Amino acid sequence: MSERPFGTRYALVAVALLVAAGCGGGEPGGEAGGGEAAPMESPVDPATAGHVSAAVTFSGTAPTTAPINMSSERVCAEKHATQPTEQSFVAGPNGGLANVFVYVREGLGDLQFPTPSAAVVLDQDGCVYDPHVLGAQVGQSLTIRNSDGILHNIKASPSENRPFNVSQPVNMDTNRSFSVPEVMIPVQCDVHSWMNAYIGVVEHPYYAVSDANGSVSLEGLPPGDYVVEAWHERYGTMSTNVTVATGQTAEISFEFTDEMAGSYVPIGAPIDLFHPDGHRGVDHP
Amino acid sequence: MNWSWMLPESFSTFGGEVDAIYYVILWVTGIVFVITEGLLVYFVVRYRHKEGRKATFDHGSTRVEVAWTLAPLFIVIGLGVASKGVWDRMKRDVPDGALEMIVTAQQFEWHATYAGADGVLGTDDDFTLVNELHAPEDRPVLVYLRSNDVLHSFFLPEMRVKQDAVPGQEIRAWFEAVQPGDYTLGCAELCGTGHTTMNGTLTVHTQADYDTWVAGQVAQQQ
Amino acid sequence: MSTTQHDMVNRAEAGGHHDHHEPPFIRKYIFSTDHKTIAKQFMFVSLFFLVVGGLLATLMRWQLGFPSQPMPGGGVFPDAMMAPTPGGAIMLPEFYNSLVTMHGTIMIFFAIMPLLVGLFGNLLIPLQIGAPDMAFPRLNMASFWLAVPAGILMLASFAVEGGAAGAGWTSYAPLSASGEYTGVYLGQQLWLVSLAVLGFSSLAGAVNYISTVINMRAPGMTWFRIPLATWALFITAVLVLLAMPILAGALIMLLFDQTIGTAFFLPEFDGEPLLWQHLFWFFGHPEVYILILPAMGIASEVISNRARKPIFGYHSMVLAIIAIAFLGWIVWGHHMFQSGMNPMLGTSFMISTMAIAVPSAIKTFNWLATLWKGDLHLDSPMLYAIAFVSLFIIGGLSGVYMASTPVDVYIHDTYFIVAHIHYVLFGGSLFAIFAGITFWYPKMFGRLMNERLNKIHFLLTFVFYNLVFWPMHNLGLQGMMRRIYDFTQYEYLQPLQPMNRFITICVFILVASQSLYAISFFWSLFKGEKATNNPWNSNGLEWTVPSPPPHGNFAEMPVVYRGPYEYSSPESDTDFLPQTTPPRDRPAPAPVPTPQGA
Repeated sequence: MSERPFGTRYALVAVALLVAAGCGGGEPGGEAGGGEAAPMESPVDPATAGHVSAAVTFSGTAPTTAPINMSSERVCAEKHATQPTEQSFVAGPNGGLANVFVYVREGLGDLQFPTPSAAVVLDQDGCVYDPHVLGAQVGQSLTIRNSDGILHNIKASPSENRPFNVSQPVNMDTNRSFSVPEVMIPVQCDVHSWMNAYIGVVEHPYYAVSDANGSVSLEGLPPGDYVVEAWHERYGTMSTNVTVATGQTAEISFEFTDEMAGSYVPIGAPIDLFHPDGHRGVDHP
Repeated sequence: MNWSWMLPESFSTFGGEVDAIYYVILWVTGIVFVITEGLLVYFVVRYRHKEGRKATFDHGSTRVEVAWTLAPLFIVIGLGVASKGVWDRMKRDVPDGALEMIVTAQQFEWHATYAGADGVLGTDDDFTLVNELHAPEDRPVLVYLRSNDVLHSFFLPEMRVKQDAVPGQEIRAWFEAVQPGDYTLGCAELCGTGHTTMNGTLTVHTQADYDTWVAGQVAQQQ
Repeated sequence: MSTTQHDMVNRAEAGGHHDHHEPPFIRKYIFSTDHKTIAKQFMFVSLFFLVVGGLLATLMRWQLGFPSQPMPGGGVFPDAMMAPTPGGAIMLPEFYNSLVTMHGTIMIFFAIMPLLVGLFGNLLIPLQIGAPDMAFPRLNMASFWLAVPAGILMLASFAVEGGAAGAGWTSYAPLSASGEYTGVYLGQQLWLVSLAVLGFSSLAGAVNYISTVINMRAPGMTWFRIPLATWALFITAVLVLLAMPILAGALIMLLFDQTIGTAFFLPEFDGEPLLWQHLFWFFGHPEVYILILPAMGIASEVISNRARKPIFGYHSMVLAIIAIAFLGWIVWGHHMFQSGMNPMLGTSFMISTMAIAVPSAIKTFNWLATLWKGDLHLDSPMLYAIAFVSLFIIGGLSGVYMASTPVDVYIHDTYFIVAHIHYVLFGGSLFAIFAGITFWYPKMFGRLMNERLNKIHFLLTFVFYNLVFWPMHNLGLQGMMRRIYDFTQYEYLQPLQPMNRFITICVFILVASQSLYAISFFWSLFKGEKATNNPWNSNGLEWTVPSPPPHGNFAEMPVVYRGPYEYSSPESDTDFLPQTTPPRDRPAPAPVPTPQGA
């Protein structure tokens, strides 16, 4: 081999390898809060908008919910006047079912909605996630807050979005966001195995979580036909069709029954590879 | 700051044996340390270059090589043989009449399952606590160690117990506490971001207090 | 001359390469096939990673000295590493776990190993045996240029989402097998790929070293006239050749578990976590002997030369190296005494582990006996080498505690182990590296290093090194675990705060002191006293050629008449007698020019 540019050839190969290695490094997706609001206007004309009002109820035998023993975390136990119970079933005195995520599933067509600049807050207070079920828009900033000052970790296990597992050793905030719509994303704390929450991510602002009265309101919808779905962590999903007319409030209802217990509940990746029933914290021997 | 090479006190039956082996090794290595480092310092001072010094032209001595091969070999094998008995007793020979419990490790908690009033694991009166171990004194306790996710390590420093918890396996570890009190339970295998907080308490009761405690726990379950 | 050198001469002549014109810059300094240049390339890259590894440790020590307190300047770090809080930037546990992991990984694979095997292997082997270069110069170049992307991948893993690998340098499964457990996704995979690439780099080097030593020794360079540095590097290369493929296999299996759905190590699909540990440590234990044997070889060279005295028990020293390498294959289970493997295996591994203390002890006694009745020139290479012996004694003795299975129950995964690791790797390997770089610096660069700066560096490093790592024995005996972000969570460990703070402050000073060696190194490149061929009056073949040697090393074929340690011999008028000096009673043969020298 004569003194041809064998050195140059090697140099080009090396540079190509380095460039290839350098590209494809992760873009930090979902990092410091996606609160960069798209500078776009809402496509909905408030003059023509209508509303949906949903009543979410439960009928049948209420399940027992286990009390949570927080003796392993004194700081949190002291924050509760009465012993807390797990929140997989919360109902009001008039049959209202709380923590049901209600959202528009179909009917908005290709409408693009601006990402809200305000963040949604998930607080850890007294070793309990507050709220237990929440919603956010795609790209909207989720602020995870540690109000307890002791170590929590926040593990989100979606199947469509990027999972994450971050910790907060002191009082602090961490911001994340989700880039793909997904109903629902399970969130848990590994340091306190009774803590879990669910996040619903949708592309539009028409979602709500029911309170103990079971009432939910979706405001400012363009007139048209929609499919609205309700999700509950024990009883699965129900959906219904509704037509919204200008200036009118359409009324729908979701009645979950105890017979629906054990039906398929769509959540992201299973929380627990060893316990596919998804329940942790309360030990099943 | 504690510069001492004395071990903190142990509170289990085999703890004394473990500590005894440690002290034998401390003596042996201590003596070797003093001799070798002492010679090193002495030689560096005594034989440092001075005008006119000449080194000895010496390639070695087979007899010396054999001597300082056999002597260390004898010593370390001796230490090994002495250690074997203690090891067998700690890891293999579980005494009869042990109180059984299941400890399940998971990120980042210890779940301890007790047999309840009937003393049999796997029955309805079993109860499970988080990060709390309870045991009676002067009775062997046999722990069936499990893990729900990754490797953890069941560490009771004052009892001189350490056993990795392996997911997919059930591993036995035992100890017999000799004195009531509150002791430390820790995780000694990196298991994730919460590894640092995977601590709990081992409370050793007198036998009578232990029975009372069990009864109280069983009552609470109802 | 040997067959291979003969063939090289024939091929060189056939190719018409008699007259060596100056190669272009890129062939001379970037893509060089000259072993001496490749050695320097390994050196500079590895010293860079040594600094990176040291900085990672400094960050770690901040957290241990001042748990969960805001770190000054922490705001420059991304939020995923140091979380902004009202009081300042606080290190997150996941970043701490990454620091622990990457400090170990970078120091072992990208600093110590390439310094010992890449720098000294490349620099010394051809020169000490009288060869013009390695057997496969282009493979040698490939070996370096594979290591570089491996290093880049490893550093890049800090920048990806989820951060760098955080399962320890030992990467135990299942923690390392799924991002679900650590929050680390791509970072763990980059770690695996980086090490796999590095493994190929090491294998290429090993093939080269073994072939060169077997085939390219100059006339008269019999096996038992080879200097101990080359002996150690040769045996190390055999270990690399046999051990690296096991690591590569394990890494690939883990990568598959993470990415394509296999379950070698995942128990929920009937995989076995302990399999990872067996595979890793079956590689890992020979690996730690890879990390110490060349250091022992270097120490022997420096001590014998600076004591002006033959190495005591040369044959025993060689046999001890071989014994360590051989026994190193049957001790791996001592990393796994508490792992859940059958405890009866603990006994057999204990015996073999106790046994492997013996050849190390033999070597230590031989070094001491070399110093005895010597004429000790206490310049900086000698000081580093003596410190190596002194600190290796401590590291070796602390190993006896963990070899005893019942004692290991208590000290496993505590700071006692961390102390042991650092006494053998830093007190041992790194001090020997300082000795070796200082000793062969004139051969590499044609100048001597700054003695005064080196001596100050030595003193500060020796003192603060011991202040950092000796107390870790005590921390371990008090029960402080490894890899623990905030030990104050444990009440029984809270009294250990002052000692941890003390160690942290000493680490700051220790790390800062290393700048003195860097200053000495770079200052001496330009202002150091120019070196003759043989500034240390040494016997080895490398000291018969100019400093630095020309391409091809030897203008005339060296002929070897004796071993390398004939210092203060009655046959010589001076206190040294080079290997190539003909005996007084035999006439020198006519010198044979080498192709490179013609």
